[in-house]
Amino acid sequence: MEELPVVVLLLLLLSLLLVPLVLLNRRRQDRRTPPFSLLVVAGSGGHTTEILRLLSCLSESYSPRHYVLADSDKMSEAKIRSFEQKKAETFSKSQFTLDRIPRSREVRQSWISSVVTTLYSILYSLPLTYKRKPDLILCNGPGTCVPICVSAFLLGLLRIKRTIIVYVESICRVETLSLSGKILYYFSDYFIVQWPDLKKKYPKSVYLGRVV
Amino acid sequence: MKSVFVTVGTTSFDELIAAARSPPALQALHSRGYQKLVLQVGRGALPQPGSSGALAVEVFRFKDSLAEDLQSADLVISHAGAGSCLETLEKGKPLIVVINDKLMDNHQLELAKQLHRDGYVLYCNCSTLVETLQSMDLSTLKPFPPGQPEKFASFLDKVLGFQ
Repeated sequence: MEELPVVVLLLLLLSLLLVPLVLLNRRRQDRRTPPFSLLVVAGSGGHTTEILRLLSCLSESYSPRHYVLADSDKMSEAKIRSFEQKKAETFSKSQFTLDRIPRSREVRQSWISSVVTTLYSILYSLPLTYKRKPDLILCNGPGTCVPICVSAFLLGLLRIKRTIIVYVESICRVETLSLSGKILYYFSDYFIVQWPDLKKKYPKSVYLGRVV
Repeated sequence: MKSVFVTVGTTSFDELIAAARSPPALQALHSRGYQKLVLQVGRGALPQPGSSGALAVEVFRFKDSLAEDLQSADLVISHAGAGSCLETLEKGKPLIVVINDKLMDNHQLELAKQLHRDGYVLYCNCSTLVETLQSMDLSTLKPFPPGQPEKFASFLDKVLGFQ
């Protein structure tokens, strides 16, 4: 348990970071915010393909789109840029941004060191979620979505910004949830699954058929 | 020219590549009227191209997109990766999913098994590939209905009050 002091330190840093955010927010409350903002968590291959399919059917109202990726993700950026290029050809007012955060968990990382890296990613995500103040977060399972959703949840608790979190479990998940899914089942406002077996096991979830 | 496309995705699956190029597999494919075999080997060992028996064999590691190879194939033999399986089915190509027995607890298997249960794909492992090629009846495979992202869009519109 040698990581324990690090956990404590990160938690302390996290609470220190929240104080200026609350204070900043008091001052800025009267400023106008844009009408709608969407934050999309993309990540690693299949997840990005699926989330772009979901986005493909959304109307012009869902703009600007703020994408967040893990900094180790090489493939997704090109996919997002070509998707947005097509969007821009259809909708002239289409807007997007792209940010990167440290990956919260590599495959096969131990439990306690996952806690450390996740806390570290939350520290990184918090200023980003604060800056974007999304009305809606859309995510589908890359590890990066956990710190982003947790920081949005914290901003909600502090009454800085109330965000609707929508999680769509990957089409690959037929009988069991992914690790991100198991966590975000409790943090999301709407939890969408794509196979009927999961709907039976997780009653809070929403089943709309196969959506990707 | 009737062709078969074998794909292992971004990983390696040498056992599948070896099984697909084995003389009995080539014989089975030949007797079914296939004349060309294209192998996408990923990070695995790169076998020699050229013709093996009666089939012309092409080999490559990766491409930015496999869309063209999938499109020109008459039969696809794939690892159980969700991306490969779904892309093949969306192109309306008959698909044999070959599972890797050496990968334990691979969640990707969930999807492949379900697609098999629903009658969209044939399903085997490396040791039963030849048998599957000999006995397969591709006309029994069901067409794969497209996903419906528009249902998701109208759900979100309702949640957010966009109409």
